[in-house]
Amino acid sequence: MSAPVASQAAATTPETAKPLLSVRDLRKHFAIRGGILSRVVDKVHAVDGVSFDIKAGETLGVVGESGCGKSTTGRCILRLIEPSSGEVWFQGADVMKMDHNALQAMRRDMQIIFQDPYASLNPRLTIGAIIGEALIIHKLVKSRQEMEDRVVQLLETVGLRPDHMRRFPHEFSGGQRQRIGIARALAVEPKLLICDEPVSALDVSIQAQVINLLEDLQEQFGLTYLFIAHDLSVVEHISTRIAVMYLGRVVEIAPAAELYDTPIHPYSEALLSAVPIPDPTVKRKRIMLEGDVPNPIRPPSGCHFHTRCPIARPDCSQRSPVLEEKRPGHWAACHYRD
Amino acid sequence: MVEPLLDIRGLKTWFKTDDGMVRAVDGVDLHIDRGETLGVVGESGCGKTVTARSVLKLIDMPPGRFEAGQILWQGRDLIPLSMDEMDKIRAKEIAIIFQEPMTSLNPVYTVGDQIAEVIALHQKLSRKQAIAGAAEMLRLVNIPNPERRVHDYPHQFSGGMRQRVMIAMALSCQPKLLIADEPTTALDVTIQAQILELMQEMKERFGMAIMLITHAMGVVAETCQRVTVMYAGNVVEEASVEALFGDPRHPYTQGLIRSIPRVDRSAEKKQRLEAIAGTVPNLLEPPPGCRFAARCKFAMDVCTQGLPPLKEVGPGHYVRCVL
Repeated sequence: MSAPVASQAAATTPETAKPLLSVRDLRKHFAIRGGILSRVVDKVHAVDGVSFDIKAGETLGVVGESGCGKSTTGRCILRLIEPSSGEVWFQGADVMKMDHNALQAMRRDMQIIFQDPYASLNPRLTIGAIIGEALIIHKLVKSRQEMEDRVVQLLETVGLRPDHMRRFPHEFSGGQRQRIGIARALAVEPKLLICDEPVSALDVSIQAQVINLLEDLQEQFGLTYLFIAHDLSVVEHISTRIAVMYLGRVVEIAPAAELYDTPIHPYSEALLSAVPIPDPTVKRKRIMLEGDVPNPIRPPSGCHFHTRCPIARPDCSQRSPVLEEKRPGHWAACHYRD
Repeated sequence: MVEPLLDIRGLKTWFKTDDGMVRAVDGVDLHIDRGETLGVVGESGCGKTVTARSVLKLIDMPPGRFEAGQILWQGRDLIPLSMDEMDKIRAKEIAIIFQEPMTSLNPVYTVGDQIAEVIALHQKLSRKQAIAGAAEMLRLVNIPNPERRVHDYPHQFSGGMRQRVMIAMALSCQPKLLIADEPTTALDVTIQAQILELMQEMKERFGMAIMLITHAMGVVAETCQRVTVMYAGNVVEEASVEALFGDPRHPYTQGLIRSIPRVDRSAEKKQRLEAIAGTVPNLLEPPPGCRFAARCKFAMDVCTQGLPPLKEVGPGHYVRCVL
């Protein structure tokens, strides 16, 4: 199988190593049905031409506000939601062309953890059964004993006790449930873990426990993360590189520190300046964005951000900016910022 | 000493459940002076919301009950007041806004009707005047086209706009105290910045005090003058915002501050987050002594023997710790 065509590469990193995951021009349009005949009356452009690469061992953070398409992007990559168009290449294989069996096999290497660990754990199964299920589906264990041994090992890896395997999800706190979700994902020894708002539902002290656990696991098992979150401080802490999304498009991709120190896109800049800093001695200039995020059913023409952009010019509503490499490894989609 | 606007003393709000008594608020002392913003911070289940709702007596009784304590509003205890007497204080003197504005607005009435209702409760006005007053309030909270929007229903507003409507409603009687219970938690960060700025503007305009309940330390650092930190139904630390962030004394406060990732620190200086081990205790049977002891890295034998008192460690800086 061949790698994606280089000319389409919008956000490839300069390093030569082949990316573990490549996403090219990914789109997902949800149909809105209405009327008594349930005709398609409109479309939501949830993901509107997203491209990026993830190298093995790195963490790509994806940030953006509600409705920017970050979660849909994550789910489209696993084909939990079927994308409308675009390409997803994982370990050199074309995910979009996979049949059911190939997809199932692929998902052994690509797992996902969700925001709400209660909704994603079957309440009627014990923790042992929840974690063991994946081992059975992928035929990774030969006997019951072997399965139990592996479950115990996984529970210990994520900081839970072996006797927890006989309990049910409701007996655990939010942080512990998220650990169970992580253990389940790790059961099949994946290479890429898509973390969809994994700590958003947790209290800060517990959030830190889970972030530290994810960092430890990455080091221990050489995992690669696609880390989707709305909390910029969390994303900045854990990511190697960060993609900023706005209304279905990636507006900027850069190494984490560089994005925070010298953002290029006016949206990234405003987003960063809006984050409250837990230190009363730090006084920053805040760039206040006017208004709300526009309706994704009818996104603004041209650059989606022009309606709220402090530096917008007349032609921003006409021409759609493309992601350009403005500095080495630092891509942004803006006509007027370099 | 000037009498505080609100002075909560030894408040215990407990809830009777099938499993026993939940001591959600278990001896809380806090006060708010006129015109100041007090942050009440803590994690889920620490009792911050129950404390706030106790002030307005918005607790269902039963299962809840006031076990002990006083809630002194300008020197007068609210706990013995009847519902009729409380109605004179609610909205007019103390107003509250909630985390999820959609569930606190009535979906079948226009926002204008809902704000006008509050205005009409406390001032004798015709319906037309009250609606005009509502539109004026919407203008004040920066909602575009207020004369038109006043006739819209809550679902026609975005989350941030709904929170503006809630603020407009809360401020329409010019209360002396605004209780804001996680007002920006459900909002995106750029919208959060707008709402926090609006609250600041409104505070300067009306000179009211704000009790800001939140779990977000960043929001506290940027908006409050004083902070009360709660843990498992108790106040563990109280200090000016500068002292709390500059010199946190309770191990829980220290842990809370160190467990937050910081955007403003460059990546090279990035350290591993200092997580607090364990989870919050069960409030059905709170542990004897300091409730944080089981998670505290400095815990000693004495910590589990009795609840330490709040002691003053600096001017206006109180901490509930034996250290």
